[in-house]
Amino acid sequence: MRELLNDIERWQQAGKQIAIARVVDIEGSGPRDPGAAMAVNEDGEVVGSVSGGCVEGAVVAEALEILRGDKQPRLVKFGYSDDEAFAVGLTCGGIIHLFISPLNW
Amino acid sequence: MSLKPMSLYPIFAERVRSNIPVALVTVIDGPNIGAMMLVSPSTEALGTLGDNELSRIVARDALGEVEAARTGVRHYGPQGQTTPEDLVDTPTVRVFIEAFSPPPIMWIFGAVDFTAALAKVAKVLGYYVVVCDAREVFATRRRFPMADEVLVSWPSPLFSDRGHALTSRDAVCILTHDPKFDVPAVQGALATNVGYIGVMGSRKTHAKRLERLAEVGITSADQLARLMSPIGLDIGARTPEETAISIVGEIIARRTGRGAPSLRDSDGPIHK
Repeated sequence: MRELLNDIERWQQAGKQIAIARVVDIEGSGPRDPGAAMAVNEDGEVVGSVSGGCVEGAVVAEALEILRGDKQPRLVKFGYSDDEAFAVGLTCGGIIHLFISPLNW
Repeated sequence: MSLKPMSLYPIFAERVRSNIPVALVTVIDGPNIGAMMLVSPSTEALGTLGDNELSRIVARDALGEVEAARTGVRHYGPQGQTTPEDLVDTPTVRVFIEAFSPPPIMWIFGAVDFTAALAKVAKVLGYYVVVCDAREVFATRRRFPMADEVLVSWPSPLFSDRGHALTSRDAVCILTHDPKFDVPAVQGALATNVGYIGVMGSRKTHAKRLERLAEVGITSADQLARLMSPIGLDIGARTPEETAISIVGEIIARRTGRGAPSLRDSDGPIHK
């Protein structure tokens, strides 16, 4: 998250709501280690990444739902053969666990 | 007790920017999902996970994690129980402990063209880069704007002042080619716990350097085995930039214990 601080604060100063998605766990082969993070603001702008680009689109959708209050902060799993969470997957065959929550702390 | 008694983010950001070790603790599953704490050494933990005992125990564990620069998920009972028997039939609280430790350090000795390229690549990898050379005309900020510090100094004073701070995550790269400078730099580096010591020079230079090191009493095979010399992976690097890649590639491979073949020519998982 270190590399996101400047963008986060720019958004905060502009009064934007922000959600943070963080990789908390990986099983098997995952492109980014726990701690990799991306931030999404209420306009759908994104900084950072949590995978090699495989799941970021779905994470933005999830983050926006959480910002709108349609969903609670939660753990989300993405995997190669995981069709329940989203119809996206990692091409590397691993599973990543993300925690997505609003930056209200 | 309120779960959000204060704003943690500004304090978190301030500590990260000041390179103060800090753990960001988040409940990711269980009661009080999203509750957070900030934990740094020698200061009171901030925030709460909802239960006093849980907060106390997680803060204690987080301190260990931040000192080891480790990030991961840990499981607890609702009041911080950690033994497997206590966790049977109780709902578990899953806590993500993210450690923000100061960046790894790279000291580069010798203010040469290879230094500029290596400093640039090391910055990409997140190192705090210090360039050191005894020659005032070469060791200038102008020549190494990408470095965090440019020091005009002989190696020995730098090692005696700051060598104790080097750990297994850090690197010392000696690019001077000048025995006057190389020998005390190698001597200084060997007296620290630094994880990587690379020394530039041809095989011939290396052989001569070994003689000079022997003259100052460095002969132990264990000590000499710590030296990566000639420095870098065998990827046919020619330019300063290519050489820089071969050096940081070697640093990564030494840290992960890999032999650095091409992935195509090896088996097994890419990430271990």
